[in-house]
Amino acid sequence: MATSLAPRRPGPPAAPARGRSGERSARHARLRRRVADNALAYAFMAAGIVCFAVFSWYPLFRGIVLSFQQDNLITDPQWVGLDNYRHLFDDPLFWTAWKNTAEFTGLALLLGYAVPFAIAVLLNELRHFRGYFRIAVYLPVMLPPIVSVMLWQFFYDPGDGLFNTALRGAHLPTSQWIQSPHTAMISLVLVSTWANMGGATLMYLAALQSIPGELFEAAELDGAGVWARLRYVTLPQMRFIMLVLLLLQVISTMQVFIEPFQLTGFTDPSTITVMTLIYRYAFAVNNDFGLAASMSVLLFAVLGVFAALYLRLTREAD
Amino acid sequence: MTAHESAAPATRSLISDQELARPGYRAAYFTVLSLTTVLFAAAFLFPLYWMASSALETPREFAAQTPTLVPKSVHLTAYHDAWTQMDIAHFFLNTVWYAAGGWLIQISVDVCAAYALSKLRPVFGKAVFAGMLASLMLPSAALLVPAYLTVSDLPLLHLNLLNTPWALWLPGAANAFNIYVLRRFFDQIPGELLDAAAIDGASRLQTLLRVVLPLSRPVLAVISIFAVVGMWKDFLWPLLVLQDPGKQTLSVALHRLSTSTTQVPPTEMIAGLSIAAVPMIVLFLFFQRHILGGLSAGALKG
Repeated sequence: MATSLAPRRPGPPAAPARGRSGERSARHARLRRRVADNALAYAFMAAGIVCFAVFSWYPLFRGIVLSFQQDNLITDPQWVGLDNYRHLFDDPLFWTAWKNTAEFTGLALLLGYAVPFAIAVLLNELRHFRGYFRIAVYLPVMLPPIVSVMLWQFFYDPGDGLFNTALRGAHLPTSQWIQSPHTAMISLVLVSTWANMGGATLMYLAALQSIPGELFEAAELDGAGVWARLRYVTLPQMRFIMLVLLLLQVISTMQVFIEPFQLTGFTDPSTITVMTLIYRYAFAVNNDFGLAASMSVLLFAVLGVFAALYLRLTREAD
Repeated sequence: MTAHESAAPATRSLISDQELARPGYRAAYFTVLSLTTVLFAAAFLFPLYWMASSALETPREFAAQTPTLVPKSVHLTAYHDAWTQMDIAHFFLNTVWYAAGGWLIQISVDVCAAYALSKLRPVFGKAVFAGMLASLMLPSAALLVPAYLTVSDLPLLHLNLLNTPWALWLPGAANAFNIYVLRRFFDQIPGELLDAAAIDGASRLQTLLRVVLPLSRPVLAVISIFAVVGMWKDFLWPLLVLQDPGKQTLSVALHRLSTSTTQVPPTEMIAGLSIAAVPMIVLFLFFQRHILGGLSAGALKG
């Protein structure tokens, strides 16, 4: 590419021989130019900065302050120190919500983490219908989440929902699905996995395709079978993306909301999660925004640990 | 960005073509291929088929003991009733309006910010950019309650944005992902091009509109698609800030109707779900290269 000799900022070239006052005015002009350039740049960024300041930076600060206040949106907020946190620790639902969230995250990892990886490895070996497989696995991701969840709500119907009808047809025992405290959680995980696994699958697939073929070639020449190649070539090559997606998945599944909210509500102790409890505190039952804010601060702290790990990991890779 | 997904692997994968050509492997390959094909159809396509076709059945056929996979006769009543009686038409238009306005605002705000950060490079630009990126690490859940309070009573202005489109549009404009992607793209546009425009007497704004934006079509397409999809799928935030039933998005209205005391016939409800899904499926089929390509590009760059 030819390099252009055009000056960065076109303007009359400074006259070389000038008096002292000329030098000062030239410096002045340059300064004014820089101020004008900066003002223009900030004018371009103004709307963005205001939006971030009002809807992202300020709420973070306000959330922390709010967690030490009592606020019901009707009377003026009052400073209550650590009362909200004390309240939380005394509320049995608080502990239930964390336990359930951990259980959801754990189950979602077992299913939603292993399955997309296995599917991606499989799809990468298939030489036919590549487009079909990708589109099919990603279709549920495109659906509005409420559509997926409500659709599965019909499937889960213990009477003549699709699942129990199919099980009955195959002479297998049926299940109460979301209606029973024993199977409710796994039912939430199933629909969540179905709705979200497409993204992870396609990211794994892209990563698999970037593994240099010579590595497999060399392993095969050394007599490595398919399993050995998977174990000693594919897995080590995929370690980074697997770690990244692991952290991202933990961060997103811990914020699970719509599945329990639509399928089991925010009262059922067998499936109440951190997010549905926050909703319950602020908007549904207690109208206590301070309490909800202190719960949010705790969630933020926990997720912050994973976010920091994620940052460190991706920084190192750069 | 779309280069990766379309390219079949030029290099070999785990199992080589020669291996697959062996007789035993060949049979196994076609068994696995057909099984996967059928399983994918059952797991991912069938639920959608069930949704579209159940809404074509009469309520009586839908409730029958032995379910029918293909409707005995096609009835558009459920779709029609959902569209008019359940007022899905109204919520559909609401959502289209929110998505269109949100897209326009998001793109204008983020393009301007990214352009300034990339090409005008003001003092403290790096700090501002870092502050924006930091918001990517903030889990949206943790900001929900204070953000709701902020929207209900804007600082300094004391405006209440609840039940107005602005409650979706303005927070949506604070999109660090967009700014990050746009800035990275703008960085690759050679400065000489912009200088040439400046010599021709173009102002910074004209340069942005006439030089930078036309070059940025691919990245703008990806960002626009993700913006519209994101707004169509959003649930929790619209649930909080649009509590007035007349203002609700399709997703929120479907939830409300499903929990309301007046019983909606299931076929009508399912018709509503199908209608909510159709725009996303159409969008996906039209722009799958952009969507899948954007995903794989994101994966490779971490």
